[in-house]
Amino acid sequence: MGETITAERADAVFGALADATRRDILSRAMGGDLGISELAEHYPMSFAAVQKHVAVLEGAGLVRKRADGRRRVVTTDMDGLRNASVVLDHYEELWRGRIDRMHELLDEDGLPSPDTDTPDQEDRT
Amino acid sequence: MSAVDISKDLENATLVVSSEFAAAPERIWRLWADPRQLERWWGPEPYAATVVDHDLRPGGHVSYYMTGPEGDQHKGFWRVLEVEPPARLVFEDGFADDAGEPNDDLPVSRAEVAIASVDGGRTRMTITSTYGTTAELEQVLAMGMEEGIRAAVGQIDALLAED
Repeated sequence: MGETITAERADAVFGALADATRRDILSRAMGGDLGISELAEHYPMSFAAVQKHVAVLEGAGLVRKRADGRRRVVTTDMDGLRNASVVLDHYEELWRGRIDRMHELLDEDGLPSPDTDTPDQEDRT
Repeated sequence: MSAVDISKDLENATLVVSSEFAAAPERIWRLWADPRQLERWWGPEPYAATVVDHDLRPGGHVSYYMTGPEGDQHKGFWRVLEVEPPARLVFEDGFADDAGEPNDDLPVSRAEVAIASVDGGRTRMTITSTYGTTAELEQVLAMGMEEGIRAAVGQIDALLAED
């Protein structure tokens, strides 16, 4: 697997996409020339609230912001969005680790348990 | 590394993980049904899992937290849907807030565990995990691109019509 994704990044992407407004912002910003104030006109919330949603998307690597004069322009990062689909790879690693630990745990079944199976002759006297 | 069969279905955001164990199905079931066993394999390294509640009945809840190397804690929960010892377990797994209450704003995945004996006293366990939000992600991708292209084409048409 060439691509890897950290658990932190997967969580950030998931968290960013879990909100309907943010998913809508992503769709609108694919055109690449929308200022935050123009975006804000589409939602029944304050400019500051929209700004906050954009910041979450930016933190997850799903949009980029740039200044165009006095406007703050938001563009969806298509590469970021494509990379996000490798989240399944992250879960694959998670489950491989879990299965490994299960096997290790079962391997212990054959070994004497230190606290119950150790015969202690001294106590019998 | 132990032998694990993996298949991924990105379109349906589903991951199937399967492995064979040299033990009886009842022993494999105990990995899930005994909270002390569960916490020894659930947490991804370097996180250590601690199971708080463990009610493995349909409608029951399992709650846990994972402790990171810096003492950071992350809470999670299971909503138990189906329980058929030692053959089948279905549950939803999600994040919980600081108070331990399920947070459905964050992604919730669904896991189906199938445990079946195979030849030679061995057992095969197959886990099918579905991650709804990856499906949402793919949907966003597909929808956004389609709409974006359609909108762009529409704008060009409108511009040409003005001429």
